[in-house]
Amino acid sequence: MTGDVIIRVEGLHKRFGRLEVVKGVDLDLHKGEVVVVFGRSGSGKSTLLRCINFLDDPTQGLVEVAGMRLSGGHRTRRKREQVRQLRLHVGMVFQQFNLFPHMTALDNVSVAPICAGLKDNRTHAMELLEQVGLADKADEHPIRLSGGQQQRVAIARALAMRPDAMLFDEPTSALDPELIGEVLAVMKSLATEIHMPMIVVTHEMGFAREVADRALFFHQGVVWEDGTPEQVFGATQKPETKKFLDAVL
Amino acid sequence: MSDRLDRWALASARVPFRVKVAVVWVAIFAFLTFFFWIAQFDTDWMLDNFEYITRGLVWTLYIAIGGIVLATVLAILGALARISSNPIAYGISGFYVSFFRGTPLIVQMFLIYLALPQVAGNLHDRFGDLFPQSFVTQLTLEAAVAGTLALGLNYGAYMTEIFRAGIQSVAGGQGEAADALGMTYRQKMRKVVLPQAFRVIIPPTGNEFIAMLKDTALVSFLGTTVANAEIFRRASLVGQAEVKGLEALVLAAGLYWGLTIVFTFFQRRLEARVSRGYVRTAAGPRDITSDQPHGGAA
Repeated sequence: MTGDVIIRVEGLHKRFGRLEVVKGVDLDLHKGEVVVVFGRSGSGKSTLLRCINFLDDPTQGLVEVAGMRLSGGHRTRRKREQVRQLRLHVGMVFQQFNLFPHMTALDNVSVAPICAGLKDNRTHAMELLEQVGLADKADEHPIRLSGGQQQRVAIARALAMRPDAMLFDEPTSALDPELIGEVLAVMKSLATEIHMPMIVVTHEMGFAREVADRALFFHQGVVWEDGTPEQVFGATQKPETKKFLDAVL
Repeated sequence: MSDRLDRWALASARVPFRVKVAVVWVAIFAFLTFFFWIAQFDTDWMLDNFEYITRGLVWTLYIAIGGIVLATVLAILGALARISSNPIAYGISGFYVSFFRGTPLIVQMFLIYLALPQVAGNLHDRFGDLFPQSFVTQLTLEAAVAGTLALGLNYGAYMTEIFRAGIQSVAGGQGEAADALGMTYRQKMRKVVLPQAFRVIIPPTGNEFIAMLKDTALVSFLGTTVANAEIFRRASLVGQAEVKGLEALVLAAGLYWGLTIVFTFFQRRLEARVSRGYVRTAAGPRDITSDQPHGGAA
């Protein structure tokens, strides 16, 4: 493994019963790299993301993060702890935000660092809220925040664990159109300012063109096309990619 | 004729519904008074013995509060076991729920009250070294203690199901978010899942407590010594001794009823408090008062 690979996925398969959703994916995420994943629903892109931090258990294949190589399979006590250690290195942002409704924004951001025994968790949490532009909402409960604000708190919450990389699972799909921009702006600043490596499942082609270093088109559980956004969006030679882009754009 | 009926209906419509209901209640109490008068109700005796029976209130509350605390602890453990993938925990909690929901409460009370000392006595007879006489004495429980244990175990079994449903009502994404943040199972449960589950669990737990208040009367069958007898035991003792059974029972019933009314009032307020909070009111988020409950932050 070369030094600048943050996340490596090798030969990953995921089956749900008899349905195979991910059919052998290899993927490297390098330092400072932004990878955008797009494709039809059901093509396995979200499942791939969820397999990387073991929210879904890979049926076959390996995930390597921060020097830990893990495969799926029965969660023994030791395996559970390994999975947990791996997750500490990977932040995840969900389509439905999944903020904790009984906590304030600040508590949402600081609860995991407190659990993990990290230092200066409150001040760090406050800094992160500032970074996503929500310092003034620190004491609000999620119900009083807009969808866009909730998702920005969720991003701050994931950053609070000081992850090596971030996974975004359709972070703007549940948002009203006018709120999408503020979330994308935060994600863009993560990419351009602190060079956070990230894998983003999204259909926001504007964001992909502007920020992404690589674009992957997922089709039938495999990486159908892999290239720079210019290549994949502008000059694709594959009919499946073309068909999808025509439908989306 | 129909004119008069119409006028009567119109006049009646002007009287508020609540006033009519109040009239019905007054009529019921008037009838009861008449009934007690026919039964030659001895009100002087009631006044004389009011204090004696009322002193049982404390024990009724002790037993009910002890029972609900025990039941709550058992229900949390039982519910976590019911959703766990550990076969031992799942098996034990399954047996627990099945047995205590499948047998009468009064039988469980006698089992704990009578069977424990007998088992302890036999153990002492056979393995005297391991089980000294003090072991037998310890397991020979005071009736109030045995009753509290039985109530806690019994209600805990029912509440296990309430708690399990409450925990499972917390959206799956919540647990996933905690997992993704690298929280341990314990941290996830303590900080994320249980505080949210409690919002669902608290109102029915209040109902269980109110039900338990009344079931404490069963403890009287274990023959408590008078010093720590609850309401019903006192009522039946003094009523039988002085052949004033009806008067004593009416007093006891009144006390239970009063307790239930008081606690139902508190339970309703608690329920209203707990259900407020996450829900945006129709008027918009700014309308929520600033003293929002913080999700029973545990």
